[in-house]
Amino acid sequence: MSIVGKTSTSPKFRRNRWLLTGVLSLYFLYTFMPLFYVITAATKSNQDLFSTFGLWFAPDFNLWDNLHTLFTIQDGIFLKWMGNTAYYSSISAAGAALFSTFAGYAFAKYSFLGKKLMFALVLGAVMIPQTALVIPMFLMLSKLGLTNTAFAVILPSLVFPPGVFLMRAYIDDAISNELIEAGRMDGAGEVHIFSSIAFRLLMPGFTTVLILAFVANWNNYFLPLVMLNKPDMFPITVGLAQLYSTAISGTGGVLLFTVVMTGALVSIVPVIAAFLIMQRFWQGGLGAGGVKA
Amino acid sequence: MTEREIRARPRNRVIVNKTVAPYLFLAPFMLLFIAFLIVPLIYAFDISLYKKAMVGGVKFVGTDNYVKAFADPKFWEGVGVLFKFAFLQIPVMIGTALVFALILDSGVVWAKAFFRVSFFIPYAVPAVIATLIWSYLYGPAYGPIGQTARFLGFEAPDFVSAKWILGSIANIAQWEYMGYNMIIYFAALQAIPTDLEEASVVDGASAFAFATRIKLPMIVPTIIVTVVFSIIGSLQLFTEPFLIQNMARSIINSNYTPNYYAYTLTFVGQQPNYAAAISFLLGGVIAVVSYAFMLLANRRIDR
Repeated sequence: MSIVGKTSTSPKFRRNRWLLTGVLSLYFLYTFMPLFYVITAATKSNQDLFSTFGLWFAPDFNLWDNLHTLFTIQDGIFLKWMGNTAYYSSISAAGAALFSTFAGYAFAKYSFLGKKLMFALVLGAVMIPQTALVIPMFLMLSKLGLTNTAFAVILPSLVFPPGVFLMRAYIDDAISNELIEAGRMDGAGEVHIFSSIAFRLLMPGFTTVLILAFVANWNNYFLPLVMLNKPDMFPITVGLAQLYSTAISGTGGVLLFTVVMTGALVSIVPVIAAFLIMQRFWQGGLGAGGVKA
Repeated sequence: MTEREIRARPRNRVIVNKTVAPYLFLAPFMLLFIAFLIVPLIYAFDISLYKKAMVGGVKFVGTDNYVKAFADPKFWEGVGVLFKFAFLQIPVMIGTALVFALILDSGVVWAKAFFRVSFFIPYAVPAVIATLIWSYLYGPAYGPIGQTARFLGFEAPDFVSAKWILGSIANIAQWEYMGYNMIIYFAALQAIPTDLEEASVVDGASAFAFATRIKLPMIVPTIIVTVVFSIIGSLQLFTEPFLIQNMARSIINSNYTPNYYAYTLTFVGQQPNYAAAISFLLGGVIAVVSYAFMLLANRRIDR
């Protein structure tokens, strides 16, 4: 960047560089501390969790035991929770990204009757409190006998309004109207233009929405909390929270405190890994959405 | 795609004209939107006009539930908590996110990419798990914050006491969402054309003045959008107090936030009709506050 190039030799600049890097490093410690705590807590026995310093390892390395307990309590229910989370969030994310892309394409590239109204509705949906939606949805689905099914968690998650905004903004930029016109001149139908010309160009935006929807579903708590009451249907979030309540109320019999932290560690490692691997996508995509919004 | 290739696959060609196409593309999203958004809302509004009758069934009571909710101190206490929370949390979070984004954008620091990614990582941690981790950290006996304080010779405050609880929840939100906002600001700052930078270097603007006087004003629209989203998110607070309640039973009651209240009314109190009215009223509060903020912010800009 030009500023850096021109002033990086001055002593004032060098002092600022130290100072500001220091400030960011302090915040990094704050960001990192809870994550580090999960790692140390997962390697301790219940006794050591309470008796040793929280931000360092205990002499007794107990991670394997904790993992063993985690994956064997209640007949290996944790593995089921992981499977459920993966199942609910992958299907929801794939559907949400696809439908958002279709809708974003319609909003970006066509003018049609009711466009403004529909877009305003989708925008306004963000303001609706979760309880105002999820509770009536629960009452309705329970009348249909659909609560406690994967449907109850997946179907509502296919509606992902932020994906629509993002795709609309992305498609506006990524696909020129001339290109679509050219397709029309060649006699291609609208669906064909979308599937064989436009879709390839909007792939990066699609991937971003896919990641965002996946994370939103992976993190979802309220919807499954309300919809599901069979423990073997729970996603990790609901299951771990319940395990924690059991641990803290002391009714579980087994001391579960370290097991909860081990579960937390096991469930955040894959998401963090995915984030690090796919950073190119979310960094670009979040930017596009944010700048245009 | 060349003309020849398109012509080569006539069998796949479903000719949909320009008038029908947008509706076709919108159909899957809009149908689900209607089924899982519009219909539940209408249903909720409908049941909010009824009340459980003394002997079985329900009876129509018109706006009674709304009148009751409007005068319900439990609801307004919850709204009060949320306002306090929003005033405490949003300025700190947006402020730090902006400062860090400006620092990273100015390029004065080392390890920019490292900081950018690591500050964002907590966003990948589910709110439930973030809350669990922090409630361990807050633990008076086994939490490392308390341990460190004791080691240094003083007592850490009780993070889940009446006095500190809101700050403790705000801290969880800060930890989780600061990086997300920072990334958005950073991207907005990076999108500002660079010739502007060259111009101002020629003008002799210092890096600091350049960041605050020239770059910052250019991303104000982005800031407004993120603040609105933060307001909406704050007013819907549920997960964090719902879980922390486990260790602060006497402080967080079942109507601590309006969403929590509606949840309790439905699943503990068996009053879904009244809960629906509470949810709608909360939706109204959210809409009014967000709209008021946007109006205020835009007026400032115009001036």
